[in-house]
Amino acid sequence: MSVETYRNDSAYPFCPGCGHGSILDALDEALVKQQIDPAQLVIVSDIGCSGLSDQYFGTSAFHGLHGRSLTYATGIKLVRPDLHVVVIMGDGGTGIGGAHLLNAARRNIGLTLLVFNNLNYGMTGGQHSTTTPTGSITSTTPGGNLEHPLDICATVGVNGAAYVYRGTNFDKDLPERIVEGMQTPGFALLDIWDLCTAYFVPNNTFGKRSLIAAQEELGLPPGVLYRREVDEYAAAYRAAAERFKASRPLRVRAMVPDLTSSLDRIVNLMVAGSAGGKVRSAARMIAEAAIRSNLYAAQRDDYPITVKTGHSVSQIVMSPQTIDFPGMDEPDVLVILSEDGRRKASRYLPDMKGSVFVVPEFADLESSGTVTVFDPKSAPERVGKSELALAMLSGAVVHEGLLSSEALRKAAGAYPAFAEKNLSAIEAGLAMARVS
Amino acid sequence: MTAYEFTDGATAIVRGALDAGCDFFAGYPITPASQILMMMMAELPKVGGIAMQGEDEIASIGMCIGATMAGARSMTATSGPGISLYSENIGMAIMGEVPLVIVDVQRLGPSTGGATTAAQGDVQFVRWGTGGGYPIIALAPSTIAECYTLTMSAFDLSERFRCPVFVLTDKELNLTRNTVASEAYVKVPVRDRELTEEGAPYRFSGDAAPMELYGTGVVRFTGSSHTEEALITKDPAVVGRLNEHLRDKILSHRDEIELLDVDRDPEAVTVFVSYGITAGAMRDAVAMARAKGAHVSSVTVQSLWPLPEAGLKRVFEGTERIVVAELNPGLYLREIERIADGREVLGLNRIDGELISPVQFLEFLP
Repeated sequence: MSVETYRNDSAYPFCPGCGHGSILDALDEALVKQQIDPAQLVIVSDIGCSGLSDQYFGTSAFHGLHGRSLTYATGIKLVRPDLHVVVIMGDGGTGIGGAHLLNAARRNIGLTLLVFNNLNYGMTGGQHSTTTPTGSITSTTPGGNLEHPLDICATVGVNGAAYVYRGTNFDKDLPERIVEGMQTPGFALLDIWDLCTAYFVPNNTFGKRSLIAAQEELGLPPGVLYRREVDEYAAAYRAAAERFKASRPLRVRAMVPDLTSSLDRIVNLMVAGSAGGKVRSAARMIAEAAIRSNLYAAQRDDYPITVKTGHSVSQIVMSPQTIDFPGMDEPDVLVILSEDGRRKASRYLPDMKGSVFVVPEFADLESSGTVTVFDPKSAPERVGKSELALAMLSGAVVHEGLLSSEALRKAAGAYPAFAEKNLSAIEAGLAMARVS
Repeated sequence: MTAYEFTDGATAIVRGALDAGCDFFAGYPITPASQILMMMMAELPKVGGIAMQGEDEIASIGMCIGATMAGARSMTATSGPGISLYSENIGMAIMGEVPLVIVDVQRLGPSTGGATTAAQGDVQFVRWGTGGGYPIIALAPSTIAECYTLTMSAFDLSERFRCPVFVLTDKELNLTRNTVASEAYVKVPVRDRELTEEGAPYRFSGDAAPMELYGTGVVRFTGSSHTEEALITKDPAVVGRLNEHLRDKILSHRDEIELLDVDRDPEAVTVFVSYGITAGAMRDAVAMARAKGAHVSSVTVQSLWPLPEAGLKRVFEGTERIVVAELNPGLYLREIERIADGREVLGLNRIDGELISPVQFLEFLP
């Protein structure tokens, strides 16, 4: 049984002479031509006079927030690419939702956007919009609009949209153009200019003839302006996702502690260095060595938002019990690797009760704690910049009797790809601390 | 032998979401929530789901709302500045009765504030962050294992009540690694979405109605004041019933939402109240205090909104003093004051970006 109309019984609510009703009639005609199941079509409406449109159709509908209709439509299309999704938006929506317009086009998500472009905000009192022609009078441009009108079609067209058409509600072939847009895979936009008889028409002595003339005068000619073959996004996403289907799902490495530790108190360890010095991964290695020793460990990192520069500080809490509070008032063991690190840790130095381990550069460091210098030159092999953090930390924890060298080696061995480098850093640390 | 993981809250949230059947995620990069976005982008394609990086936060939550209406189980994650941009759509998800999980990894504010600094300053913001004042649900994990469990609970509650549910966490909980026993991850059942293919899309009964999804029939959705048929209306009788329904469907079922972790000492006159990352320090403090022979009770509030009034009042019985600890200027304190029934209510607060330490709690004990 064929569908004769997708309209319901309600009469349109638009002002006399407003073009919106005729665009909706063209949409109805386009739907009739395609004989789409009303349940397989979602009309997503924006806000403004055109936003009322969905209520006059017997199809599925989504009426959301101003300017955001494309985002809801994108969510619907991504989940149900089999559905037809038509978005109805005013020229206002192209302003407040400009980012979505641009990105829906770039993304080429399979939506058909009908812009009911009546050159001003009709629902809220005739204010100027992104498309108001320069010089036009609106309620917010009493001296004439000073802004350049947005070329909606070019904006989406140069950024990849599959189908772009500009016309007016007076176009006899509008239903065919809507069908074309809906049948083109990817993002389709029809910029349909019409008359706002409540505001723009009386404010600018404007009519059908001036509407059509305005497009030429503004250098915004009508017609099918862009048409290209594209990969529709929802389909492209599914195709791209195929190759991940066989991948291993998220798994977190689990460790069974097979070593023991005699540690009977909470120990707060801090390592302070610079970005790029593998501080965080070294701290992680120490924490995992603690876990393998039947302890609990927590690691809290501090670094500037520009991750490749400045300080990099990690705090490691080790405890025989679960750690509810991962922070520390002050470190018991502090390892300083660089000037960035020293500056960051300086507030702890005056009152520190524990041990401070430093590279020779900071041999004169003043602190109430016990300062021990570890010299990388005393290691059997050269300690590279990226190995220094793990070497110093390893030396410090073994020197303090917190972890065994066996635990450190075991933790490093669990990452085969980095094991060689990490094990050599650990051996360097043990040599610097003069333990084996 | 127990196995242990060295992991963080972001990973636990992602695992909770996946185990809850989440199959749609959209988000915009923001510190300290980006790890969730990146993991969801990597994980969802493996299980046939869809993850999107939106052009901004508004697009991200908008895509989630559309996706839910098309049948997906959706989640988004951001931090305070992103919640600001979610605001209008949070209201629409309330009005349109859309199940949706919103993770807020709090950072220090206001404004861009401290992107890599922990805070709990959004506790009132998530409750009142959109116009109208209608209720939402907010859960606050205080450990990594709870990040997993409460994310699952959030999905369950969002289906039960057809509303946005927040998971309120923070930079430290999200990114600080801790040792978690594999068995500590407690799975909770997540109910299937109740669906229907006939009748009106809304029912103003004071309880959530089954949903209709796009593609299963002619389905209407609106974020405007509407009839049960989702037609825009200004009829005061209808609008009144709609808005009462939005309020009652959550507030009349508080008992299904209330989650508290209570540690009560019957002889205690002081009770500590906290939530999120600060609750960890509180539990440490309680252990320290008891080791010295002091009497103190504590309660970790896991369901922040609606206020778990009945359970909290039970905890307060017999006590004289309530200490509310939070990383903000005292935002949840005012909720506790309303139900303190004459008891002294004191705030333990930090707004300098540092965590509240266990020792600070002890200063409140005689």
